[in-house]
Amino acid sequence: MRPLRLVWIYPDLLSTYGDRGNVLVLERRARLRGIPVEVVEVNSDQRVPRDGDVYLMGGGEDLPQTLATRRLLADGGLHEAAERGAVVFAVCAGYQMMGVEFGGADDTPVQGLGLLDIRSGRGEQRAVGEIVADVDPGLNVGRLTGFENHQGVTRLGPGVRPLARTTIGTGNGDGTEGSYAGRVLGTYLHGPALVRNPNLADLLLFWAVGPLPPFPAPAEELANRLRAERLAAVQ
Amino acid sequence: MDANTHHRTRLPIRAKLATTVGDAAASVSRLAGKGDGSVIGGRIGLRLEPDLLSLLAAGRRVVLVTGTNGKTTTTRLITAALAPLGGQIASNIYGANMDAGAVSALSRTPDARIAVLETDEKYIPSMVKATKPRVVTLLNLSRDQMDRAAEIWLLARRWREALTAAPDCRVVANADDPLVAWSAGGSRQVTWVAAGQAWREDSWCCPNCGAHLDRDGDDWSCHECGLRRPPVSWMLYEDQVIDPSGRSTPLDLALPGRANRANAVVALAVAEAFGVRLEPALAEVRRVTSVAGRYTSVSRRGVDIRLLLAKNPAGWLEALDVLAPPPAPVLLAVNAQGPDGRDTSWLWDVDFRRLRGRTVLVGGERKLDLAVRLEADEVQFRLVNDIDEAVDAVKSGSAGLEVLANYTAFQQYRTALGRVQ
Repeated sequence: MRPLRLVWIYPDLLSTYGDRGNVLVLERRARLRGIPVEVVEVNSDQRVPRDGDVYLMGGGEDLPQTLATRRLLADGGLHEAAERGAVVFAVCAGYQMMGVEFGGADDTPVQGLGLLDIRSGRGEQRAVGEIVADVDPGLNVGRLTGFENHQGVTRLGPGVRPLARTTIGTGNGDGTEGSYAGRVLGTYLHGPALVRNPNLADLLLFWAVGPLPPFPAPAEELANRLRAERLAAVQ
Repeated sequence: MDANTHHRTRLPIRAKLATTVGDAAASVSRLAGKGDGSVIGGRIGLRLEPDLLSLLAAGRRVVLVTGTNGKTTTTRLITAALAPLGGQIASNIYGANMDAGAVSALSRTPDARIAVLETDEKYIPSMVKATKPRVVTLLNLSRDQMDRAAEIWLLARRWREALTAAPDCRVVANADDPLVAWSAGGSRQVTWVAAGQAWREDSWCCPNCGAHLDRDGDDWSCHECGLRRPPVSWMLYEDQVIDPSGRSTPLDLALPGRANRANAVVALAVAEAFGVRLEPALAEVRRVTSVAGRYTSVSRRGVDIRLLLAKNPAGWLEALDVLAPPPAPVLLAVNAQGPDGRDTSWLWDVDFRRLRGRTVLVGGERKLDLAVRLEADEVQFRLVNDIDEAVDAVKSGSAGLEVLANYTAFQQYRTALGRVQ
């Protein structure tokens, strides 16, 4: 069986906020479930592999976000993979890039990747702090905890569903946080997101491989304690 | 008229009042045990006379020291390296590095004709304008406290604009850091120092055009716009400094680690700009053993504890290198209060795998975040609630305890151990 291939996109431009942790824990959760898994890192001057199973993109600064988008549009690999049904998970700047357009360095609209029906622009205030949001019940993920750090706000179009409803913090800016369509999912959560929310990591794995072999409970005891502490800290 | 009032009589009345009130507030603050008073005193001064900083800096030769990591240590090393010039040197040695701290430093030593001021990265444009420095030192630029820091590329752009508009200022810059090199690239007078760059995650791409840089060892260049590593006149080579004459001298510092050797080479380059020869400058630099409580050793119930401070991924990368080898146990501690940066995601940009097989203790207010991080890197550890629990855990061994903590966690341990100098 070919290993599950996780593709970490352009960390040379989009890895400024610790989102590498998402790749690390996704790999760990797959591996500890007995799923053979490998990680491929693709820099911005390399071709995006078309045959990945889960593509991850992190947060970054304004100019790198624009540069990364241009290169991905020119490359076409991420679009091909998404069309094939690969899972795409994008955080913060990465999330905004998935949309139809987003605000560039001076907030002029920049063409996005068009993989999510969302539009982002500069909000009035910076949203910084712990965020808590309840995920769409249909996804069976439960409550999200994380840290947000962005000035952008995001409007959801009819082609996506909100990922979650915020109870603490800003998220998209309209009471919702993140969005998804098919197997493409984006969120503003750092923490990193998949470290703080093992259920979200498992959702991505489920989308990639179907029903999952069990995860050894002792191996997520600390992560569960962290979750509980973080949620208690903001209630 | 005593020495302290001599310089002050040359200030306009409002500024004099501002300095006196500020100094009084600073003294009260120190006596009340609230830090060393430098920021509070300066803040009051600035409220009374906004141009106070310019006035206080006038007529003095000012050195500004900035970068993500190493500001406090390098400020201390430069101050030491300039000691052979004789006379007092004003400096904000306790790390109060925004404008209020600079004001305090300058008004505290009114007769000092030279001032070496640690400067927060965001404050470089305003400090360059206000103090008209002779030398600005750019050490490095990387991610740090991303929930409250300006974007890195934006900072670099602001540095470049501020320095290009200050033609009388000499920039001493690390040529091995592309962001720093680009920031200094518009300046007329630059001393390029090969200080090395261990952390590269923020400089994979060209700060000028965004293309992925070609990197080969310490050399770097952009094949799209031609930006490249400039030729250097000073270099850190392993544990030696190579000066502009090409001569190599062992550094033999008291401070540990590669990063401090790099900081020392920068300090020597600044000393040269002031006409201080290498030998006397280096002799003074070698005498620096601790800086604001860092690298110090304290004994607690028979255990020798060495305190190391690191605040961001680049700093932790260097600090993990400085740790005494096994079997020395290590205590890692992380907080996420405002001054630390409230988001702990940065822990995932630190590679902890080299700690595998060692005795590792985990403390600080965010110990669970650190625990989950270490678990992912397959590092075994034990959680502790405070420094005394850590001491208890290692008491029976013979090696000292190495403590690596970020900002407020470090301060808490210092206080618990009795404000280590």
